[in-house]
Amino acid sequence: MPEPMLSVRDVSKRFGAVHALSNVQLDLRAGEVHALMGENGAGKSTLMNILGGVIQPDGGQIQLKGNPYVVDGPAAAQARGVGLVHQEIALCPDITVAENIFMAETNSRGGFWMETSNLNARAEQALAGLHPVPATALVGDLPIASQQIVEIAKALTLNCDVLIFDEPTAALTEIESNALFSIIRGLKARGMGIIYISHRMAEIFSLSDRITVFRDGAFVETLTTAETTPEEVATRMVGRPLLDLYPPRSSRPASAVCLSVDGIADGHLVKDVSLEVRPGEILGLAGLIGSGRTETVLAICGLAPRTEGRIRFDGRDVQQADYRASIRAGIVYLSEDRKGTSVFLDLSIAENISALDLRSVSGSLFIRSRAENAVAEEMRERLGIRCSSVAQQVRTLSGGNQQKVALAKLLAVRPRVLFVDEPTRGVDIGAKAKIYAILRDLADEGVAVVAISSELPELIGISDRILVLHEGRVAGEVSGDSMSEETVMHLASGLGPAPTETRHH
Amino acid sequence: MTVSNVSVVKRLFRVREFGLLAIIALIFVVMSFASPYFLTWSNMRAVMLSFSVEGIVVIGMTILLIVGGIDLSVGSVVCFSMVVGGALFLAGLDPWTASLIAIACCGFIGFLMGQCVTRIGLHFFIVSLAFMVIVRGLCLLITKGTPQSLFSLPPAFKFIGQGSLGPVPFVIVIFVVLIAVFDVLLRRSTFFRRVYYTGSNEKAALFSGVNTNRTKVICATICGTLSGVAGVVYMARFGAATPQFGVGMELSVIAAAVIGGASLNGGAGTIAGAVLGAALLSLVTSSLILLNVPPYWQDIIRGGILLVAVTADHLLNTRKSKG
Repeated sequence: MPEPMLSVRDVSKRFGAVHALSNVQLDLRAGEVHALMGENGAGKSTLMNILGGVIQPDGGQIQLKGNPYVVDGPAAAQARGVGLVHQEIALCPDITVAENIFMAETNSRGGFWMETSNLNARAEQALAGLHPVPATALVGDLPIASQQIVEIAKALTLNCDVLIFDEPTAALTEIESNALFSIIRGLKARGMGIIYISHRMAEIFSLSDRITVFRDGAFVETLTTAETTPEEVATRMVGRPLLDLYPPRSSRPASAVCLSVDGIADGHLVKDVSLEVRPGEILGLAGLIGSGRTETVLAICGLAPRTEGRIRFDGRDVQQADYRASIRAGIVYLSEDRKGTSVFLDLSIAENISALDLRSVSGSLFIRSRAENAVAEEMRERLGIRCSSVAQQVRTLSGGNQQKVALAKLLAVRPRVLFVDEPTRGVDIGAKAKIYAILRDLADEGVAVVAISSELPELIGISDRILVLHEGRVAGEVSGDSMSEETVMHLASGLGPAPTETRHH
Repeated sequence: MTVSNVSVVKRLFRVREFGLLAIIALIFVVMSFASPYFLTWSNMRAVMLSFSVEGIVVIGMTILLIVGGIDLSVGSVVCFSMVVGGALFLAGLDPWTASLIAIACCGFIGFLMGQCVTRIGLHFFIVSLAFMVIVRGLCLLITKGTPQSLFSLPPAFKFIGQGSLGPVPFVIVIFVVLIAVFDVLLRRSTFFRRVYYTGSNEKAALFSGVNTNRTKVICATICGTLSGVAGVVYMARFGAATPQFGVGMELSVIAAAVIGGASLNGGAGTIAGAVLGAALLSLVTSSLILLNVPPYWQDIIRGGILLVAVTADHLLNTRKSKG
């Protein structure tokens, strides 16, 4: 067995009374992609922050190439050859891509003038293998996916021996992800050790050599990827066998169309989209970044103006963009950006849940806190929100529970059409299963559910049919047995419907 | 002390109002030993008088801070109310109508600032900075730069600023009524809940169907209106309209609101906290005077208190979020 390049032995970390990590182990070999998996709160990010020099461990030893590895900050970690690609984008929006990529170097070089042209050339080089992002563009002007690419390019220029990726594909499209994977394989071939954190099983199994699972801050097991299965890993992560992730589809016949959208455009990304939504079904909406998925839904809900097309709900024309009118009619939208646009982090669970319709918990003059709390308690029960009380600040909840609060906020108005955008982004696997079950229950109760997701297995798992968008137009629809990652990707890439004969491997 | 007792005390200290009350109580104890004059009714009356009119402005500022705004023009607007009310009265209008018009003008100034912020997309800080200068200029223009004597104000009107209900000055009665009304509104009305939503996360509020622009405009209008009310009370109290009145008032008003727990990031703040913040600053000033501290030191000490209060709150809050 080769000597590990990086070895983590019995490392512990406490935050106050909380054991974020207790005696965890990890061995990283040179030329290996080592996946680190676990539910949210399992301690993955804590360990990565320790390795990256962001926080210091309370106990245990870390060795890098046989020498003790103690670093007091990210600069020290980089000097030892350990780089970290953060999950959350940490770039300066008002300076150029090149200046961002070489921020650390510019900081340590100590020269008086910036070497702009040199930086631009080297930045282009670093970005070349990834995705064409102009080196002179301002980072703030780029879409999130391109910003993520810049973040990755920044880490690649550090010439590390150990590179840590913390959910790098969370904001990337399939194509960009694939570009990243081939780069990671290239780095691996050069003998670099790579620690890769992700919630996406498919990625882990195509990319990694070994998988280490953490649960509740403790080491569970290191598995060899070739000798295990996604089910086995999931079982290790939750500590119990996980039954079906996706709830069974309903066998009820589809009802009549309640919401029909005819040829809408928003003047930007949405060019010509028509769709129909029926009570009792879950309609999946697929498409690459830039396909106008989210923008289509924003226009339908009245959160963004539309320039063309008509929308009919219950046989009546919906006029101009007015989300408040949509809410009253029963059309609601769960945003993809949980912390940015879905919940009020500083307010309590109860105050969040009542936000869409304060009148329902108010008397003629004032909010009745008893009614407000009763609604919140009902939602807590129904969605399984884990909290000490509904007066708890939403900021203190885990990602999965915050998402349940965001969903509860919408369900409190008893919607008839529910749009959910990336409903399980950044949510652990237990909460995912719960959210899928909630969506299916809602459909069974007669709500029309429309789900957007970048995770195709998820979309295929929960949807009755999937509408695929490509560059602002409907590229096609798949349902039943014809729903597969292949058919959806084919449509999403603008290649037209996948011919059935070519579906061999 | 048992463990649960400790945690109860800790939790109480995390409630801003309790910490402020404790500090105010401490000042009372120390000062009652340090100065025999401190605990007399006339001193208490003077302290309350000194912060109750400014306290009306603090209420408006707190509301604007909660929605995520700020108003640097309050000092100028208070003065504007005084000057416009005074000028209309001198022009022959009865003082009540003159005051109502002055207050409405101030509300309109707030409304205008709200429009600049929501329609053009400017920041409250810049807009109100511009209005602070513009409105001060208007005050000088109206008065031609000289204080206007309003000796001839009828006694019934002067009662607002100078009269007493029993032993209690009427100014304090007005302040207490406004505190009570706005405290209940902020805690329980749906409009002010929307104010908290908007200040806490404007996008999430939009995505919850809240008309955030209208909410911000109304808050700015309330702040302007309350500044106008304060200006009219000052006019009745001093029987004069001075074009340089209220210079620098915005700083002490913002300090009081922030010491009382309002956040410059929006989404947090209470009326009770803001009033206690104003009371604390006023008590400190009065104590420093009683202790014969030179006036230059008073500013330094008040600034220090602001820094300490905000730091303490920040430390408590960071500890809170780490569990």
